[in-house]
Amino acid sequence: MSVTKGTSGLIIAAAIGLILLAAVPKICDPVVLIELTSYVILAVLALSLGLIWGYGGILCFGQSAFFGIGAYAYTIAVINLGDSTVPLLLSVLVPGLFAALLGFFLFYARVTDVYFGVITLTVTLILYKVMNSTSGAQYAIGNAPLGGYNGIPAIPPINLPGRPDLSLTSEGLFYVSGLVLLATYLGLHVVLRSRFGQVVVAIRENERRAELLGYDARFFKLAVFSIGGAIAGLAGCLFANWGLFISPDVFGLAQSAQVIIWVIVGGTGTLLGPIVGCFVIQWITTQLGTQQLLNASLVLGAILIGFVLLVPKGVVPTLGQSIQWVRLRSNVAVEEKRVP
Amino acid sequence: VDLLIVLFLEALRAIASLALISAGLAIIFGMMRVINLAHGEFLMLGGYAAIVATKAGINIWISILLISPIAVGLIGVTIERTIIRFLYGRPRDTMLATWGLSLLLVGLITTIFGNTTSGISAPPGSLQVGDHRIAAYSLIITAIAVAVFAAIWAFFRYSRFGLIARSTMQNADMSAALGVNTSRVYAVTFGAGAGLAGLAGGVLAPVTGIVPTIGAAYVAKAFITVIGGGPAVLAGTISASVLFGAIDQIVTYLSTPVIGEVALLLAAVVLLRFLPQGITGYFFRRAA
Repeated sequence: MSVTKGTSGLIIAAAIGLILLAAVPKICDPVVLIELTSYVILAVLALSLGLIWGYGGILCFGQSAFFGIGAYAYTIAVINLGDSTVPLLLSVLVPGLFAALLGFFLFYARVTDVYFGVITLTVTLILYKVMNSTSGAQYAIGNAPLGGYNGIPAIPPINLPGRPDLSLTSEGLFYVSGLVLLATYLGLHVVLRSRFGQVVVAIRENERRAELLGYDARFFKLAVFSIGGAIAGLAGCLFANWGLFISPDVFGLAQSAQVIIWVIVGGTGTLLGPIVGCFVIQWITTQLGTQQLLNASLVLGAILIGFVLLVPKGVVPTLGQSIQWVRLRSNVAVEEKRVP
Repeated sequence: VDLLIVLFLEALRAIASLALISAGLAIIFGMMRVINLAHGEFLMLGGYAAIVATKAGINIWISILLISPIAVGLIGVTIERTIIRFLYGRPRDTMLATWGLSLLLVGLITTIFGNTTSGISAPPGSLQVGDHRIAAYSLIITAIAVAVFAAIWAFFRYSRFGLIARSTMQNADMSAALGVNTSRVYAVTFGAGAGLAGLAGGVLAPVTGIVPTIGAAYVAKAFITVIGGGPAVLAGTISASVLFGAIDQIVTYLSTPVIGEVALLLAAVVLLRFLPQGITGYFFRRAA
């Protein structure tokens, strides 16, 4: 019964998502729409970390590495090829493979949580430094100059397969990003309810017990980490399309920290949480950016500390619990009334 | 030959800076097992303390060697009391909270000092080696690093507080039962680690200049040095500094400083893959 209930929940979620997707561009003016598009794209990134941290139990401090690799893979390939179909695939494959390689090094060495966090952070820093130092004409892949800290401007947007002249408008990008977000959200739900997803959660709960039951924890962690990397790469590709510009800042620590903050604010162990967290935090950041009173990273840092100390589970699970608590209370109240 | 001597001295400087950067973390992370991702920001604060003090007309040596460590040490104690002490035994939450702290400090300092490089000039003086000249300050950095490590070692080995601190880190409940105020020991030890970070920041400020975001450049290096060193904290940190510092300088000499740093970080990742226990962990296991 719970399966059918879960399925109907997914259908409702899909319907709400589609309605929002269709309605928002009609209601909002273009400037707001572009802003919203970036939130939607970053929410995909948030989902990728929500998967590997919330469900895989892997605390990765370098999710922005995959995001950036995806963005650069798309950019370099599309400048060289002209048509966006292959680059789009590459932006998913390259970061996925990179995550697999990194995961192979780390999970098969049985590196503990803490070292894992530090190493992913280090890798992100390496990428940031390397990309920053690639300014100058001698650093180019094919026709694409890497541009160092200046980044790569004028990226060709996604087009219809085989028709480089028919490319996405900003409204089109909203639809595409929204569909990607919705598909990722629903797809991850399906994956997590599959046998594979159940094993991943089992490993998060108790790695040794899962191994004693015959599951190779290293393999499952590697797989979920690679999926997360691939999704982050796709988000990176969309992000490159959003600004039509990409710079090494996508690898920066600020970007990595933001992803973590979205997930912890929204709530680990849910898929809705990271999306909500991303929208809320991005909105706050934008507001702070416009009023210039407080430094954004000061506020973000304070939010992160506050949530770790006070609301470690995040907003969505905490809200869910309080709703349940209120419901239980009212049920109890009803019961009590019946008694006499 | 002259070039070799210069290279050797440069390598020595790289090793000493790495050891200095890592000294505070060796105590906070190596001994207390607190994963302090705000370590780089402690260094940054130390740098700013030195700069502000020097610009206020205080002698540069006093501001580097006294004011930086004391100021950051006090900040460290405050942070331990308000944030870290709630998080002992929760490594993940500690990581997240200290990362938040790192962002917060960067934001705060940016608000106060602006997002520009500040600096003080290094004390002048240079050394003639054949046709080459190197700044005397790099030798001073080496001397300070040696002195700092000798002092840490002697302090924890011989002083009464050092003994109490080591026993508390080994078995906090037992020490508490014997009448030690463990929570105060934790606070003071954390403060000492922060102070060392501040000292390192002050010492390096004339060399590198200081921006609010400079911490990011240090934190990864410091962590991999301490982790790469393994469980024997001081010996490990020194040996890892020697290894990584030498790699950094050699590759820097052969190519560019950026590639040198990348080689350092890559070497560390590979080292951890094959020696997850760090350098000293590997050799102690062999000896046992």
